[in-house]
Amino acid sequence: MSDDKTVGIVLVSHSAEVAASVAELAKGLAGGGTSVLVAPAGGTEGGGLGTSAELIAAAAASVDRGAGVAVLTDLGSAVLTVKALLAEGDELPGNTRLVDAPFVEGAVAAVVTAATGADLAAVEAAAAEAYTYRKV
Amino acid sequence: MLDADFFRRWMTATAASVEREAERLTALDSPIGDADHGSNLQRGFRAVTATLEKEAPDTPGAVLTLTGRQLISTVGGASGPLYGTLLRRTGKALGDAAEVSEEQLAGALRAGVDAVMTLGGAAPGDKTMVDALVPAVDALADGFTAARAAAEQGALATTPMQARKGRASYLGERSIGHQDPGATSSALLIAGLAEANGE
Repeated sequence: MSDDKTVGIVLVSHSAEVAASVAELAKGLAGGGTSVLVAPAGGTEGGGLGTSAELIAAAAASVDRGAGVAVLTDLGSAVLTVKALLAEGDELPGNTRLVDAPFVEGAVAAVVTAATGADLAAVEAAAAEAYTYRKV
Repeated sequence: MLDADFFRRWMTATAASVEREAERLTALDSPIGDADHGSNLQRGFRAVTATLEKEAPDTPGAVLTLTGRQLISTVGGASGPLYGTLLRRTGKALGDAAEVSEEQLAGALRAGVDAVMTLGGAAPGDKTMVDALVPAVDALADGFTAARAAAEQGALATTPMQARKGRASYLGERSIGHQDPGATSSALLIAGLAEANGE
């Protein structure tokens, strides 16, 4: 596996702290020293609660190594903003996908899977599968 | 025929009414939302006004696609991608013609509203901006004043509805009795058409 071909992960939350913490959590649970690039895009540019198209675009560009970018979101405007950016065509790296997954569990599954060198479809499938792990 | 100037007037008229009504939009968003609709749209349309002045797009389609892109970038809430998609898709449907007819605008706006419904998953009756936009587009054949009246009527008609999309839907029956902020701002956007036409 070549380090420069792993799928990049972007975590979009209404809160900068949530996005950054989930990124830390996912990298930590994937095992220390993972080379997967994980970028949080949380809150507005002004530091408030909300969604910033600019932060999302910058995060996606920062983790793009040519193997694709998986974007996970929390809810509402985070989902809609990523969808609108994808429809725009040139705002996000070519091979970027919005992954339909629970935010925390999906992020962990995505990072762990990306760390194995899996391709974007496999990362997406692993994150989406996190929906099926019931807790009760 | 409607030229780029008309579309710029439409956007500046909408920006002015958003500015004027921002407090009311935020107040409507307080009981059933997160109390940021007015301030979010205000930030977005201020950026739109500045960008239109700076970049001076010279076709109807370019005015709307630039406006849409700016709203997606600057609003910060769900109304950014929703209004951004509405105007961008409408602009794309108008192509690069220097002038368009009212019929072409009506057809393009319908494509924009369809894109909003696809993006947000909302249908008429869900207590969203769609409840003002769909009747407005239907009434456009009778002119801008008729569309404005239909949009205002549509916004008022959201009060007894129960929200089925967005944050307000978490409130269930408690969302009943409040006019939807998104439908209200959509009525401002449609009123901007009549204002741009001197009606």
